[in-house]
Amino acid sequence: MSSSRHGTRGNAPILAKLLLFLTCLTLTTGLSAETLEATLAQLAERSFKVKLEAVESIATSEDGRALSILEALAAGELYTWKGVPRVVIGRKSGRTMHLLDPLTGQALGEGRAKKIILNNAMRVALRGAIAARTLSSPDPAARLGAAREMLGDTSPAATKALATQLEREQDAEVRAAITLALAIARLGAQEADTRLAAVTALEASLYPEARNALLPLAEADPDPAVKAAATKTLEDIDQLLAWNARAETLFFGLSLGSVLVLAAIGLAITFGVMGVINMAHGELIMLGAYTTYLVQSALPGWIDYSLVLAIPAAFIVSGLFGIAIERTVIRFLYGRPLETLLATFGISLILQQLVRTFISAQNVVVQNPSWMSGSWQINPALALTYNRLYILIFALLVFAALLVILRRTALGLEVRAVSQNRAMARAMGVRSERVDALTFGLGAGIAGVAGVALSQLTNVGPNMGQAYIIDSFMVVVFGGVGNLWGTLVGGMTLGIANKVMEPWAGAVLAKILVLIFIILFIQKRPRGLFPQRGRAAEG
Amino acid sequence: MGGQVARWQYLNPGKTLAETLNISHKTLLYVEGVTVSFDGFRALNDLSFYVDLGELRCVIGPNGAGKTTMMDVVTGKTRPDSGYVFFGQTINLLELDEPRIAQAGIGRKFQKPTVFESHSVFENLELAMAGDKRVWPTLRARLSGEQRDRIDEVLGIVGLREQARGLAGALSHGQKQWLEIGMLLMQDPLLLLVDEPVAGMTHQEMDRTAELLRSLAGRHSVVVVEHDMDFVRSIAKRVTVLHQGAVLAEGSMDDVQQDPRVVEVYLGE
Amino acid sequence: MIIRAMKDDTGGQILLAVLLAAVLLVPILSLAVPDSSPLHLSTYTVTLLGKYLCYALLAVAVDLVWGYLGILSLGHGAFFALGGYAMGMYLMRQIGDRGVYGDPVLPDFMVFLDWKELPWFWQGFDMFWFAALMALLAPGVLAYLFGYLAFRSRVTGVYLSIITQALTYALMLAFFRNEMGFGGNNGLTDFKDLLGFDLQSDATRAGLFVASALALGLGYLACRIIVTSRLGRVTVAIRDAESRTRFIGYRVEQIKAAIFTFSAMLAGLAGALYVPQVGIINPSEFSPINSIEIVIWVAVGGRATLYGAAVGALMVNYGKSLFTAVFPDAWLFALGGLFVLVTLLLPRGLTGLLRQRSAG
Repeated sequence: MSSSRHGTRGNAPILAKLLLFLTCLTLTTGLSAETLEATLAQLAERSFKVKLEAVESIATSEDGRALSILEALAAGELYTWKGVPRVVIGRKSGRTMHLLDPLTGQALGEGRAKKIILNNAMRVALRGAIAARTLSSPDPAARLGAAREMLGDTSPAATKALATQLEREQDAEVRAAITLALAIARLGAQEADTRLAAVTALEASLYPEARNALLPLAEADPDPAVKAAATKTLEDIDQLLAWNARAETLFFGLSLGSVLVLAAIGLAITFGVMGVINMAHGELIMLGAYTTYLVQSALPGWIDYSLVLAIPAAFIVSGLFGIAIERTVIRFLYGRPLETLLATFGISLILQQLVRTFISAQNVVVQNPSWMSGSWQINPALALTYNRLYILIFALLVFAALLVILRRTALGLEVRAVSQNRAMARAMGVRSERVDALTFGLGAGIAGVAGVALSQLTNVGPNMGQAYIIDSFMVVVFGGVGNLWGTLVGGMTLGIANKVMEPWAGAVLAKILVLIFIILFIQKRPRGLFPQRGRAAEG
Repeated sequence: MGGQVARWQYLNPGKTLAETLNISHKTLLYVEGVTVSFDGFRALNDLSFYVDLGELRCVIGPNGAGKTTMMDVVTGKTRPDSGYVFFGQTINLLELDEPRIAQAGIGRKFQKPTVFESHSVFENLELAMAGDKRVWPTLRARLSGEQRDRIDEVLGIVGLREQARGLAGALSHGQKQWLEIGMLLMQDPLLLLVDEPVAGMTHQEMDRTAELLRSLAGRHSVVVVEHDMDFVRSIAKRVTVLHQGAVLAEGSMDDVQQDPRVVEVYLGE
Repeated sequence: MIIRAMKDDTGGQILLAVLLAAVLLVPILSLAVPDSSPLHLSTYTVTLLGKYLCYALLAVAVDLVWGYLGILSLGHGAFFALGGYAMGMYLMRQIGDRGVYGDPVLPDFMVFLDWKELPWFWQGFDMFWFAALMALLAPGVLAYLFGYLAFRSRVTGVYLSIITQALTYALMLAFFRNEMGFGGNNGLTDFKDLLGFDLQSDATRAGLFVASALALGLGYLACRIIVTSRLGRVTVAIRDAESRTRFIGYRVEQIKAAIFTFSAMLAGLAGALYVPQVGIINPSEFSPINSIEIVIWVAVGGRATLYGAAVGALMVNYGKSLFTAVFPDAWLFALGGLFVLVTLLLPRGLTGLLRQRSAG
């Protein structure tokens, strides 16, 4: 678009251009263009009152091009041309200002221009006018947007536009939106019956505008019936809103829970199944997040796809690191969990410093693919962001995949055999060393995959792993060591508990309370929510 | 009721738990109607079992009959789902934890010998010695001549005098078993629960152990859980057979071995 | 009693002798020897040495519970910090109206937060004896409550380690909050004087060094008395076979809670001596990594020896000072490597290695 504008830019004398333009104008638009032109000129006046009148006049104009003028004005693109008494569209490119004709869109070359200044009353009028005009647009989506925009606009012009459009509207969704906007507008009607009908129409509406409009009626409507109806409707709406707020808290809780589960589930394998305390688990998550960053950097134009590619990459990177850690350090420390704790903590320090030295000590920017941004608007009071939604689903998928691996594959069988009775498993021909390495690699790989997901939610930096290690251990211990379902339920429970407490306790205090709760919980049930039971566990 | 008294007595430093023991009926241990389940599996099923003062009792039974679980219940390691366990007439063992049960006068030797491996044999016995075992008195404790003599006496009984200064961890398997019995003796218990004392012993060691346990009966009540029938025959006057968590038969070794139900359990259907 | 406690402890005898020599020499070298002399000790060095001694005391406290009781506490950094905060609160109140805002009672950060009066838990901290008592009691009470609950429920091994870590993490988060009333992020700092002595003066620094050395010496003796008593033998028995100890009649949870509490109080003492020397206490002292670092000092020195812990703390911290001066970036590599190598190759630490040499 900008190139075409540049292309038509010329150095012809301004007067000649103007003449040419005027000729074109009279040829193409005739009389209505002249009136529109005259109104446009009013916008160049200083007085806001005059300008407001101009806006209203353009708004009611029959002319099809009025909308684009209003939009340009609202966007702050309308200027007065210095030295020439006319209003133009101005677009800045660097230090030069390209001028266009607001009616035809034709380029007028460069020039100096002064922006038309708006005040609040004009902005409100503009918004309403644009919406009212868009309401008759052939595009249903645009009409829907306009109807939503006009919620709470009680001006007679808006009411009229809405009522007119409602009569010819075919699309059900747009009809509903218009009905709603109309009802809100009619809450201010003189006749009590109209107001009552409007109140009834607003039942169970979750739009904040509806609630705001109902408030004064419930407080002080002269008609008792209307007042009672408004009060009742308002109460119902508040109740609905409360439920939606609860649903939102639940979603946030599940979202946090899914992060906890993702972070903890690899640990559930290394700690729960193998009995290894891996303090470097957080750093394996970090490596996964950095893998995402590296994959994105290697494929700069493919942000939408590179995230998917990063999942197996992170699994492999963290998994290989995990196998290396197991082979070089942990295998000498089986049966000495406290020593494992110290050694793996040392490894975590080394991994952090590796990232600081070879990548950066600062946080890196991991981009969100377009399909992860935005949100799913379930109703006006409840929207679920896609990134959290996808990560929740992703966590459940990873969990399911892990269950399948442990329950249905040969590796899973061997892992369970070795974890239950190492000597017997070896006697049966299971190569326990290989199983140890693979199990640890699996736990580490899953940490890497968790890192991919976390890179979409939090800062990616050398210290990110430390933020998750204590939480992860808490989840595993709370859920019950050696029980994957415990990790899922434990993580989700803690996530929800955290988010439920946050509104009244604040984020930090909520976290402290959750930690204290777990500390006390472990005193009561040292084996967690889902303990491994039976005679063997007694020993 | 009895438990209440015992608990109150524990708080009264003038009188130890052991001193409140009432054995006027000549029965030291009452286990009545005890049931223990693990995940639906009934390890003990309405078990009733009594031990008289000074008797030497052997408990036998196939694997999973509930022998070790019975000891766990008596020593406070496992809580039963239902039933009563009394020590003498008044002390309700179900209301006490392991250290209090030990202080009341019940000593236990585990299936797998557990001694304090980084302490010397002498120190092992010293630690087990009856006395005030609270924090402060333990910090200030000094061995009196009398106590040294007692340790020396027990070292003689279990035959470890020569190893007294050596680390317990350096003892052979059989010697560890004896040391553990010695530690029980240091506690001056009225009741000794001995779980598989001769597992992994040579014949000679077994004979010495049999002699040792026989010599303990009379002064102490001794309950021995054992698999080795020859060993049981060599020491037992009365034998209790457990099966599926309940008493199947009780009597002399000969009586029990002729009981058709016992034969069936041991030889299969 | 002391003679009996120190009889077979060559390492400890050397440690106490060195401490005694330091108590006598350091003030002389710092105050009496002129600056120009090569033997002169700068205030910086004296303070650094004093700091190391506080770390050594902290390490001895950790070794008492880890080496002799088998409790790998990842929460001793918190006890240390609590002791430090108690001292810091006293030092804050000593500032009086010399703060930036000049309020005679309220510390600067409270004025900044627009608080009108001193919170109840700051009462009494204008008295040194009270603050000193709190430096021991606050960590002691916390350790007793936490320990008694945990030990009664028989939380042991790595579970215990993890919840001690959660405890210090929770405390760190709490102390970061301004509403807690401990200065939030910035903690407590800008101290002026202690018992009327200017904290910046050479003599006060030398005095603090002597106090730290005495605290380490006395703390060491107290720990030795415990571990050579029958109670000490019971703690080792608990470490090696907890349930056996219970079955011979010891109330394991009470013994554990008592030793854990004593150890926490030693850590609190170390923290209280540390704060006036470094001049600041802030919530990062609670960070879990600090607590784990203490454990590695003990591991490097050799656990269950007590003097090994002190030696380990001195060596690792001296190494840290050297390293961070020369290759600041490589310190974490070195520390991380130390963790791995010590656990893999030196399970008995450096003193264990020495004893092996001298024995073989």
